[in-house]
Amino acid sequence: MNELAKAKALSLTERARRAAAVAAANADDVDAAGRFPREAVDAMKAERLLGIQIPAYLGGESATTAEIAEVCCILGQACAASGMVFAMHQIKASSLVSHGEGAPWHEAYMRRIAADQLLLASATTEGGIGGNLRNSICAIEVDGDTCRLTKDATVISYATEADAILITSRARADSAPSDQVMTVFEKGQYTLEKTHHWDTLGMRGTRSDGFIFKGEAPAEQILPKPFAEIAAQSMLANSHILWSGVWFGIASDAFARAQVFVRAAARKTPGTVPPGALRLAEASNLLQLVKSNILAALQQYDAAQKDETKLSSMGFAVAMNNVKIASSQTILEIINHCLLIAGIMGYKNGTPYSLGRHLRDAHSAQLMISNDRILGNTSTMLLVNKQDTSLLG
Amino acid sequence: MTTKIRELLAKHGALPVSVETLADTADLYEAGLSSFASVQLMLALEDAFDVEFPETLLNRKSFASIAAIRDAVASLTEEPVA
Repeated sequence: MNELAKAKALSLTERARRAAAVAAANADDVDAAGRFPREAVDAMKAERLLGIQIPAYLGGESATTAEIAEVCCILGQACAASGMVFAMHQIKASSLVSHGEGAPWHEAYMRRIAADQLLLASATTEGGIGGNLRNSICAIEVDGDTCRLTKDATVISYATEADAILITSRARADSAPSDQVMTVFEKGQYTLEKTHHWDTLGMRGTRSDGFIFKGEAPAEQILPKPFAEIAAQSMLANSHILWSGVWFGIASDAFARAQVFVRAAARKTPGTVPPGALRLAEASNLLQLVKSNILAALQQYDAAQKDETKLSSMGFAVAMNNVKIASSQTILEIINHCLLIAGIMGYKNGTPYSLGRHLRDAHSAQLMISNDRILGNTSTMLLVNKQDTSLLG
Repeated sequence: MTTKIRELLAKHGALPVSVETLADTADLYEAGLSSFASVQLMLALEDAFDVEFPETLLNRKSFASIAAIRDAVASLTEEPVA
C-alpha cells in the first residue's frame, strides 16, 4: 500500500487528529521559542494533508472547503500557529485549484503538491501599499520566456520553510496598481533577504518575517487569470472561512479547558452549581454563534461556486467579510469568559487550564487584515448593495 | 447614454489614464478602476439615470467596461416588454 492509500484508509478527521496530537505536544515550545512548527508540519505531510484540496485526477483528494475548514479547526485546537500555517497553505492551494486548471504548468505543479506534499507560502503584502493586497507597487518583468520580480515583501509567513511562494505584482511595468497577477516561484528560483523579524504577542510559530524577494522563473508560472478574479472568487472566501476555522478551534479548545475546570469544581461540591457554570453557558452560546456563522458561510460559498455572477457579487463579499469580523471578535469574548471561569489557573502557564497562549494567538485575528479595513470595505459596498433581509435567502 | 457614462467615469472613476483614451470595450479594472471608485461611479450612475442596481448587477462584470455599464444601465431604463 502506498503512503496515500495508507493515509486514506483513515478518515480525514482521524488523520487531522493524529497530526494535531503532534502539534499539541509541541505547541508550548513553538510559542515560547517563536519557531516554525516543524514537527506539526512534518506530521501533516506524513498524514498527506497538504494535498487534500488538489483534484483527485491530479493525485489529490478533491477535499471540499468544509472538509478543509474542519481540519483547520482540529489543528487550531492543538496549536493555533500550526493550524494557521495549514490554513494559509490551503488558501494558496485554492488559488491554483480554482484558477490554474487548464494551464499545463500549474496542473503539473498541483500534481507535485499532492505527490511530494509541497508547502505553499504567500507574498501579497508589500511595503508602501498600506496593507491593501489589491494594490501592488512592484511589477513582474516578462522577458521572452522568463519572468523576473523583485518585491519588498514586508510579510511572508514561513517563507524559508516553504517549497514555493505565490506572489502578487502588477501585471506589467505600465500597469495600474490594481492590475495584478500572481506567480508561483519555486524554492531555488528566488532569494530572500530578511528585513523584518517576527517577534510577536501571539501566532509566534507562523514566522511571518519580512524579506526582499528576488525571483526569476519561466514566464508560464504566472497564473493565467488576473489576480483581481483570484482574490474575489477563491481567496476572499477561502481566507475568511479557513481562518475562521482555525479561530473557532482556538476558542473551542479554550472552552473545553474551562468546561473541565467547571466539572471538576462541581464534583468537589456535590449539590451546588459552581460559580463558573453560568459563564460557561454564556461561552457555549457564543461558541455556537461562531460555529453557525462559519457553517452558513460554507453553505453560501458552496452555492456561489456554482454561479460565477454570485461569486463575484457584492452581496457575497459582504457576507464573507462579516464572517471574518464576527469570528475574530467573538473568539476573544469566548476566551475571556473561559479565563474568568478558570481564574488564576487559566492565567498561569503550564496548568491544564492555561489560556494565555489561546488569548494571545486569538488577538491576531482582528489584525491579520485589519477589521477596520474590512469594515471600511464593507461600508463602501453597502452604499449600493442592499442587504438581503430574508431569513433563508 | 455613452457620453454621460464617460462623463461620470471621468468624474468618479479616479483613473490614472484619461477616459478619452479608453475604447468602449476597454477593461476598466486594467485601466485602474478601484473597488472604491467603482462604488462611487455606481452611485453617480444611479443618481444620473434614476435607477437602482439590483444585486444581480452588482458584480465585477457589470462594470468591467463602458459598454458593460451601458448594457447594465440600459437593462434598467428600457421600457419593459409587455
